[in-house]
Amino acid sequence: MSQTRFTKDHEWIKIDGNIGTVGITQFAQGQLGDIVFVEVPAAGKTIKAGGEAAVVESVKAASEVYSPVSGTVKEGNAALPDAPETVNSDPEGKGWFFKIELSDLKELDGLMDQAAYEKFCAELA
Amino acid sequence: MPGTDITAENLKTTPLDALHVSLGAKMVPFASYNMPVQYPLGVLKEHLHTREHAGLFDVSHMGQGELTGTDVDAALEALVPGDLKGLKPGQIRYTLLLNEDGGIIDDLMVTRPAEPGKENTLYLVVNAACKDGDFAHIASKLQGRATLTRFETAALLALQGPTAAKTLAHFIPAAAAMPFMTSRVDMFDGVPVRLFRSGYTGEDGYEISIPAASAEKVAKALLAQPGVQPIGLGARDSLRLEAGLCLYGSDIDTTTTPTEAALNWVIGARRRAEGGFPGAAKILDQVKNGAGKKRVGIKPLGKAPARGHTEIQDGNGNKIGEITSGGFGPSYNGPVAMGYVDSAFAKAGTKVALIVRGQPLPAEITAMPFTPHRYFKP
Repeated sequence: MSQTRFTKDHEWIKIDGNIGTVGITQFAQGQLGDIVFVEVPAAGKTIKAGGEAAVVESVKAASEVYSPVSGTVKEGNAALPDAPETVNSDPEGKGWFFKIELSDLKELDGLMDQAAYEKFCAELA
Repeated sequence: MPGTDITAENLKTTPLDALHVSLGAKMVPFASYNMPVQYPLGVLKEHLHTREHAGLFDVSHMGQGELTGTDVDAALEALVPGDLKGLKPGQIRYTLLLNEDGGIIDDLMVTRPAEPGKENTLYLVVNAACKDGDFAHIASKLQGRATLTRFETAALLALQGPTAAKTLAHFIPAAAAMPFMTSRVDMFDGVPVRLFRSGYTGEDGYEISIPAASAEKVAKALLAQPGVQPIGLGARDSLRLEAGLCLYGSDIDTTTTPTEAALNWVIGARRRAEGGFPGAAKILDQVKNGAGKKRVGIKPLGKAPARGHTEIQDGNGNKIGEITSGGFGPSYNGPVAMGYVDSAFAKAGTKVALIVRGQPLPAEITAMPFTPHRYFKP
């Protein structure tokens, strides 16, 4: 059974077993505006929760994408660098950044579920 | 990831503030003003729209003023390297306020109004963030030779893009024939306006000075024309960067001279011969012998944009300069940048490395603009 969790930095992670797929949220892409450059991590890279994992740039500015969890990158989304606009059009689908093998499933307990994240965003607006 | 909201208190507003909000603009603090950074169209499409059709920019935050006096040309020439005595009625000149070290206090547009009786007047437009300092500096140096009047409430709109001329001609037929860098006064549907055929995008277009009370009426009339979209500061910056135009405070400041900034062209021939502007000895030596560093265009060879303050290295890991403006060029469809390098590396085609997130990325010194200027020069 899969579940999706969210960070205060507006990343989402969809969990399937001990593999998580990570991207940025609809809210985040809207704040960033037109995305023109994406850099995804290479397979094999180990990342700590909250560590810099990927880069997303709009016309205006560069932003880091942080990993919601600790683990080892299994795959970066190879299609994304050639089609960075996918992050705008389908941020929580085809616009995923990387898949990561979680080293500690308990870290998920510190993340928000959908309802909590929606409340979090509503308070920012 | 989203920016922190800064309280709107204490921010100044332009006469178009309510219009921006009604158009759905995202407002941000800029140079003490609450300004539209983008509209619902978004920075990328606003940029492309301006290059393909026409964009309307609110630049009312900029400083407008007038210098008047029988000795006005000499008075201002003492502060800038431009030839103002040779400025004919109706002409605009881009020039620089300089300090005694030859550093740039601000860049500005100086216009001699075309209308009769204004021969001893120079109309000034300076940068928003510098305007109080600029006008204080100018006033302190006039020594009674001219009088400075600020137009603190006048609005300034920019209409830029290939259809700007056709759009404005709908209201002011004579506007279409104005050559680049000329100015005239006219009536826009009953509103007295001062037109400048100039801009900050590399495109044909106008800057239009309007009494504050009529600014919204003029802006709405222009926006109602086909192919005109409101454009925010985000696209204004990417447009000027592609056009190779300097942003004061980033690409030029008091630590850069005209020669270092690759702006020798602003120094009039007569001024080169006579001197008589701040820092003239140093600047004229640099004009003749070159300076240690130079502003250049930089093209990252990959896809990653390199932003301001990115370190530039030679092939051996030595720091040779820094990017001052950089980002993605929507019309160029790739990353673009400008910055300063040691003059030995300033030649177009020179390979350099940009240190982005700790990694050296290949780049090349290149001629600017990145997108060709399309000024109206009949």
